[in-house]
Amino acid sequence: MIDRRKAEEWFFRVLMFFSTVIIATALFLIIFSILYSGLPHLTWEMISSVPKGGFYFGKEGGILNAIIGSLYLSMGSTILAFLFGLPLALFMNVHLIRRRKLVNGIRFVMDLLWGVPSIVYGAFGFTIMVFFGIRASLLAGIITVTLFIIPIMVRGMDEILQSVPRGLLESSLSLGSTRSETSYRVFLKQCVPGVITAVLLSFGRAIGDAASILFTTGYTDHIPTSLTQPTATLPLAIFFQLSSPIPEVRERAYAAAVILVFIILTISMLSRFFSRKYQKNKINF
Amino acid sequence: MIVSLVVVLAIPLVLMSGLLYKSAVLLEEHSMFNLLFSKEWKPLSGQFGFYTFIISSLWVTVVSLLIAAPICLLTAIHLTQYAKRWVLNLMHPVIDLLAGIPSVIFGVWGILVVVPAIADHIAPFFGKSVSGYSILAGAIVLSIMIIPFILNILIELFRNIPTELKEASLSLGATKWQTIKLVLIKKILPGIVSAFGLGMSRAFGETIAVLIVVGNVTQIPKGIFQPGYPLPALIANNYGEMLSIPMYDSALMLAALILFVIVLFFNFISRVIIIKSNKHN
Repeated sequence: MIDRRKAEEWFFRVLMFFSTVIIATALFLIIFSILYSGLPHLTWEMISSVPKGGFYFGKEGGILNAIIGSLYLSMGSTILAFLFGLPLALFMNVHLIRRRKLVNGIRFVMDLLWGVPSIVYGAFGFTIMVFFGIRASLLAGIITVTLFIIPIMVRGMDEILQSVPRGLLESSLSLGSTRSETSYRVFLKQCVPGVITAVLLSFGRAIGDAASILFTTGYTDHIPTSLTQPTATLPLAIFFQLSSPIPEVRERAYAAAVILVFIILTISMLSRFFSRKYQKNKINF
Repeated sequence: MIVSLVVVLAIPLVLMSGLLYKSAVLLEEHSMFNLLFSKEWKPLSGQFGFYTFIISSLWVTVVSLLIAAPICLLTAIHLTQYAKRWVLNLMHPVIDLLAGIPSVIFGVWGILVVVPAIADHIAPFFGKSVSGYSILAGAIVLSIMIIPFILNILIELFRNIPTELKEASLSLGATKWQTIKLVLIKKILPGIVSAFGLGMSRAFGETIAVLIVVGNVTQIPKGIFQPGYPLPALIANNYGEMLSIPMYDSALMLAALILFVIVLFFNFISRVIIIKSNKHN
């Protein structure tokens, strides 16, 4: 009897070990295969020049327009989401701290919104565009992506703010500061690295998503100079070139994928750095 | 602060009514039942049946969950019950990185690795010759995309189980594995099921990665090696011509609305169950 029990445990432990290994290898394989197929085709010309007409058909030029476009788009929407997200997160954790049910309700709605597929935001962005008569442009893209990352931003900052000890709130209030002063001067200062992590996380989401901007940003060979112009982005550049029948163009898609992976890995490492710093700065009561 | 609260909380309502407003044109002419269960998709003659796409979506979603669910459960148990501290420290960045990789990158990986693997190795093994662009390819790519998501929730659930429960079971003479199998898993079973539910709704709405590898052929798939055409891919693929055909845009917005409602529904139920099972402890 005992042997069978041991054998079963051993069997499942082997399975468990293997599934952990599978997950780690999957990440390694994905990054390795992107680098393997993309790196040989990555040239400085690709990073530093805009397409010289008909890039899609395998002509000269690079994807600078998509890189810059992606940065414009995700920076714009991250800033906009931050402007709405930060006050809301502080409001939830300072002003509404006694109203547990309401705060939990807001958290619940945020989590629900987080689960909404980005293509739905894309379709919605399109209906807004039609409704207000805007063309596909950087502005329309920024609005759509902002809606998409607000829940990520709010929940990220909320998680961090929740960890602020309650004594800090009470001592700040008892010294005579208002709740808003406490929010921005005490809570925000206490959580700066954590807030940066949340911002970076949202930025990573914004720069990587393709479905939400498919309808809204349009596509162009030029670097946009105003908000009302259409914009190329990296994910869409990869997506469009990937479906090309010309192998050369597809190879450029792989190279563009290397650039995107590089950006994502950098963001991820930065946010790891900040969240570690956060643990060091924290006051222990 | 109150302004931002109101604005943010209005998002779901505005989303819903915006999509409803656009799809109302189509709903006036066809009944919802007809649209959902008709197989006829002929935009030029005004026939919009979503049945084929919904079935494709279900195929991809269910198969991806069948791949991801056991891997997630086993890994979560391994990481929370057996593994040493350093393994967990090693796996944390791995999970985070996997969660952060953009879907278009998963799509590129799908084309580079998964599709050829299915065409050259997996399908011939089962005695079939296919192009590789199939439900299975979509499901494999999807399963890796949803693994970090499900895994994080499962790890959280296992961590929240009070240690007394484990100690009580162990002191009664049960082995560690018996404790996990008969006590711990039973205790958080509703939570586990709803974590899978959340993963499923994630998979259901994922667009670009699936679109790239799934084949996009308008037919009802009869096996995992056949191509499919899921609902999100339908919306994404046809945005170009949607303004030139009457009611086409309305149909695609309705597709988005269906997606929104289904995902919201699954999310709602799963989240409620997870919150309840966390509160219990």
